[in-house]
Amino acid sequence: MTITVLYFASFQEAAGMDSEKLEMPTSLSVLYESLKQKYQFKFQLAHIRVAVDGVFVDWQHKVNEGSEVAFIPPVSGG
Amino acid sequence: MKKFSISEQAIDLEALKQSMRHDQAGAFICFEGWVRNHHEGRKVQALGYQAYAALAETEGEKILAEACEKFGILDALCVHRIGDLAIGDCAVWVGVTAAHRDAAFSACRFVIDEVKLRVPIWKKERYQDGSSDWLHPTA
Repeated sequence: MTITVLYFASFQEAAGMDSEKLEMPTSLSVLYESLKQKYQFKFQLAHIRVAVDGVFVDWQHKVNEGSEVAFIPPVSGG
Repeated sequence: MKKFSISEQAIDLEALKQSMRHDQAGAFICFEGWVRNHHEGRKVQALGYQAYAALAETEGEKILAEACEKFGILDALCVHRIGDLAIGDCAVWVGVTAAHRDAAFSACRFVIDEVKLRVPIWKKERYQDGSSDWLHPTA
C-alpha cells in the first residue's frame, strides 16, 4: 500500500523534501520510527502528533491506499 | 463563514475589527502577537512561519467554536500569518466580541493559548549571527 508522507518545519529540513511516496508498513508508529532513524528526526514519538488526510488521528488509526500522512512536531505558532 | 484563516499577506487589523461590529456587543477584546527582536537572549533578525494549512484551519475553527460554547461570547475570529515576517509585524490576531468584558477577556486568552498549543504552525527564527532555527517547544 502506497501512501504520501508530508514533512514540515525541522522534519522538512532533516528529510530534505516536503513530501514523498512510501510503502506503508504495519502501523503509523512503525512508519515514524523508521523515518526517525532514516532522517535523524530529533523527537520521540511521545512528543509528536500524527494526522491522516488532514485530520489528527491516534497511532492505531488504519491508513488507506493513497492517504496523506503528516507527522506533526511540537508547534510554535503565535 | 470561515472564522480562522491563514494569511500570506499582512493582516488588515482595522478591517478585521470593523467586521466584528455587533449591536449586542458591549465588549471587544483583541490580541495581537508581534514579531520581537529577541528570543532567549539571541538577537532575532526576521521570522518565517510555515503551516500545514488544511489541518491548521480545521483545528483553528474547532478552537473558535469551543471558545463560543465555553464562554458564551458573540463571536471570535483569528488570523495567523505565514511566510516571511519582519520585526514588529503582526503574526497573529485574535478578536472576540461579547455582551460583557469578563467573557471577552477569558475567551481571547483561551483562543491564543490553544492556538499556540494545537494549531500546526511553526516558526523559524533567523538570528543576527546568520544562523536559523525551527522552534519546537516541548513542555
